[in-house]
Amino acid sequence: MSHPHLLVHDRADNVGVVVVEGLTAGTEMLCVVTHDNSDFTLTVKADIPIGHKVALKDLVEGDTVMKYGEDIGKMVGPAEIGGHVHTQNCKTKRW
Amino acid sequence: MLDSANQTVMAWRRENGRVGVRNNVVILPVDDISNAACEAVSNNVKGTLALPHAYGRLQFGADLDLHFRTMIGTGSNPNVAAVVVIGIEPEWTKVIADGIRKTGKPVAEFSIEQKGDFETIRAASWKAKEFVHWASELQKEECPITDLWVSTKCGESDTTTGLSSCPTVGNMYDKLIPHGLYGVFGETSEITGAEHICEKRAATPEAAEKFMKIFKAYSDDVIFAHQTDDLSDSQPTKGNILGGLTTIEEKALGNLEKIGRECTYIDALDAAEAPEKGNGLYFMDTSSAAAECITLMAAAGYVIHTFPTGQGNVVGNPIVPVIKISGNPRTLRTMSEHIDLDVTGVLTREQTIDQAGDALIDMIRRTANGRATAAEALGHREFVMTKLYRSA
Repeated sequence: MSHPHLLVHDRADNVGVVVVEGLTAGTEMLCVVTHDNSDFTLTVKADIPIGHKVALKDLVEGDTVMKYGEDIGKMVGPAEIGGHVHTQNCKTKRW
Repeated sequence: MLDSANQTVMAWRRENGRVGVRNNVVILPVDDISNAACEAVSNNVKGTLALPHAYGRLQFGADLDLHFRTMIGTGSNPNVAAVVVIGIEPEWTKVIADGIRKTGKPVAEFSIEQKGDFETIRAASWKAKEFVHWASELQKEECPITDLWVSTKCGESDTTTGLSSCPTVGNMYDKLIPHGLYGVFGETSEITGAEHICEKRAATPEAAEKFMKIFKAYSDDVIFAHQTDDLSDSQPTKGNILGGLTTIEEKALGNLEKIGRECTYIDALDAAEAPEKGNGLYFMDTSSAAAECITLMAAAGYVIHTFPTGQGNVVGNPIVPVIKISGNPRTLRTMSEHIDLDVTGVLTREQTIDQAGDALIDMIRRTANGRATAAEALGHREFVMTKLYRSA
């Protein structure tokens, strides 16, 4: 199997993590769900650095962001499928 | 495949039966103003290790208790063969020396008042030299790897730690803890967002209740009492954010990967408190600052530390070897001199978590047998006392 571009912890997640350096917009990513080793492809819409998150579906303000199959915060702005999810559009529900 | 839990290491069995993987003769200052004398003794007598620190005067209450516990625990750690304690006044010096003596190891104490640095350094140097000769002849013996006490705390985390290096530590704990290993995790602040999951990982309702009490006290007394607006500026850290972590919940879930899939913790310890409920996994109430946390875990008696890092933390400890594990290919490319175990293969799917866990157990074995860690080779000896509040 070729190396994945994106790893997703759990099938319930709506974001995945870029695990390669130098990922550029328009790349068709090989995405692997680590929990069950299933895979799918998705086109990334922006240049996203290694370690950063990609939306697996269209997300809008107020949506709960799911990773590890758990709630990791809320969207405070939109992200389209394949777009970058980070501090510009996602925030903690805690402090 | 390795039968990981049945391996042995060559290590020092101390007077109290505990196993140490380093053989330090420590020159321990009771207080900040005794650092100079300790460093002078350490300079006179090669093979000794002075542990200068910033505190120890006019502390009181729980803060003084923590100071004593950390000092006594550091001297008592099985990686320490013998200790010379130096303080300004005889009373507190004796409290610490007597505390360490309970382990059965050689301890000598010196106080500076009415003698001065010169006379103290002279007398302490003679004793330190005697201890070095004695310690240098102690022989290692074969010990089960599961007799080790192995702590964990991650640093400069990013999303790769939650995917690779933290579950590697978790896999090691899942394999070794059922066979007798003592483990510990902490970082109270960095469990925020996953405290409900941490609560469920307690072995007993009592342990869960104790953890939640510590967590709530931390949230109320530290976070909400001192926050000015939004902790997003500190947690996640700027380094975490650069690495792709967005929220404290996300960071906490990655952090908890360190305790594996099956382990449950049997007790929630106060900072630097030695575990007393037998072998198994413990939670400890600590800061998430790396040097403070590792210092507290070493003071509780842990002899090897496993440290997952994403963006690349460089921390070490003077008495405990710190094994750094990273799965971030950029960090391995840019700062590999700090990393002991490369688990980048987990991200490329060329290495399973099970294989990474075995590789970590093998690195623990090699480190116990004497391999210098990256932090040891690079001279990282961060010894940082935790202070609870202002001195009197």
